[in-house]
Amino acid sequence: MKLMLLTYGIPATGANIDGTEDTLLAEIVETGEWVDRAPLADPALTRTVRVLDGAVGTTDGPFAAVAEQLTGYWLVDCESMGRAIELAALLPGAGTVAVEVRPLMDPSGMEM
Amino acid sequence: MNERPADIGDLLRPLAPQVLGVVVRRHGQFDACEDAVQDALLAAAVQWPVEGVPDNPRGWLITVASRRLADQWRSENARRRRESTAAALDGMDAAPAADVDRAGAEDDTLTLLFLCCHPALSPPSQVALTLRAVGGLTTAQIAHAFLVPESTMAQRISRAKRTVAGTEFARPAEAERTERLGAVLHVLYLVFNEGYTATSGPELHRPDLTREAIRLARQVHRLLPDDGEVAGLLALMLTTDARRPARTRPDGALVPLAEQDRSRWDTASISEGAALISATLARAPVGPYQLQAAIAAVHAEAERAEDTDWPQVAALYRVLDVLAPGPVVTLNRAVAVGMVDGPQAGLNLLATLDSDDRIAGLHRVPAVRAHLLEMAGDEAAARGAYLEAARRTTSVPEQRYLEDRAARLPR
Repeated sequence: MKLMLLTYGIPATGANIDGTEDTLLAEIVETGEWVDRAPLADPALTRTVRVLDGAVGTTDGPFAAVAEQLTGYWLVDCESMGRAIELAALLPGAGTVAVEVRPLMDPSGMEM
Repeated sequence: MNERPADIGDLLRPLAPQVLGVVVRRHGQFDACEDAVQDALLAAAVQWPVEGVPDNPRGWLITVASRRLADQWRSENARRRRESTAAALDGMDAAPAADVDRAGAEDDTLTLLFLCCHPALSPPSQVALTLRAVGGLTTAQIAHAFLVPESTMAQRISRAKRTVAGTEFARPAEAERTERLGAVLHVLYLVFNEGYTATSGPELHRPDLTREAIRLARQVHRLLPDDGEVAGLLALMLTTDARRPARTRPDGALVPLAEQDRSRWDTASISEGAALISATLARAPVGPYQLQAAIAAVHAEAERAEDTDWPQVAALYRVLDVLAPGPVVTLNRAVAVGMVDGPQAGLNLLATLDSDDRIAGLHRVPAVRAHLLEMAGDEAAARGAYLEAARRTTSVPEQRYLEDRAARLPR
């Protein structure tokens, strides 16, 4: 199953700059669970877009004005939610703010 | 994405495990042999459509794979050239496959299946390795089937190969045989389900895993004709797959069993599956796959949904619940009990799952509850339960179906 690990942090503190991520990356590339990942640039570079009555409006900064921001994502394909939680716990974000583990929607399904 | 013309692919895939078995037996080193056989299969896919299929396709593949191995070993460091390699090189240009009789080759298919479904591997790795080494699919095809990048799948397969590399190429000992065969059947079941789930959109060109699972199950059944669970799994696949033409609308929307156009079911597949399961139940000790096949056959044999022999379905689920108890069985049984003894009886059975952690959060619990509540005429509660199920599922078409059901009911 595919799951997204969303790392949250307080960007200004540099809390996510750490070699731990490289160790984790090496591990899950080797197991064949890694699909994609990327750190996100500082929230100060974010533009939030809204369309109102057909007019595009933008504001500077992230949608939610809170200290803890989304700092990056990991896309993994692993056996279970339990395994994804194991991986999430190894991310530095889990020890500072939090990591969200969110299943992706699957394009297929069974009839009932 | 399918690099091989369909007819060549159909010819090659059954040969893949036979060739691999011979090559591993002759040269050892499963990991390297598997790569060499893949190379040989690719070479055949390129050359045969142009040059014609050789008189002895298996011999051709064995020779080409052996040459690849020789090339690989020659190019490696002399330090790594062990005795086995030297011995292997000696036999390398021997006459192709004269020493292989058909029975021996088929035997290897089963040995390979046991190896690929080794307990040291996780189920996703077992599935990937089985499809490549036994199914003869390319890494790209497998990656495409599971919607992951090719590099991810390549890594998963090479790790799996390394994990089993030291395992002796032989059938498991009698003591663990039942358990190991169980793992093989589970992997084939997973492959089947992966292929059976309805897909819509850009994934239309995924390779047909359902067909592949049935092909492999047929092979195992041919090798172990007396095993009731092997026959049961094959029968389950055949009767389930028969519904495929009817279970989705052209736009990809799921059609529930009760509303399917049964004239579109594949009657040949149903007859074969039903005959197989009745013959098996009459002679083999009963097992979970056989019971599920029997249930699928009861559904398949009803001309209209309202003709379904629900007492029979409920009775089979009761046996299954004793033989292989689990929350999913109880869930399915609740539907059948609801049809036989009324929705309240089904809801009562479903309530026994409320405290079951193994199934907590699974969308099928509220989905079944919604169905039973709708039958009972409690439309507002049914609507709420459909919406709850829709929120919990991670499947796009299931979510669409559940939201549609909710929308049919008044607020």
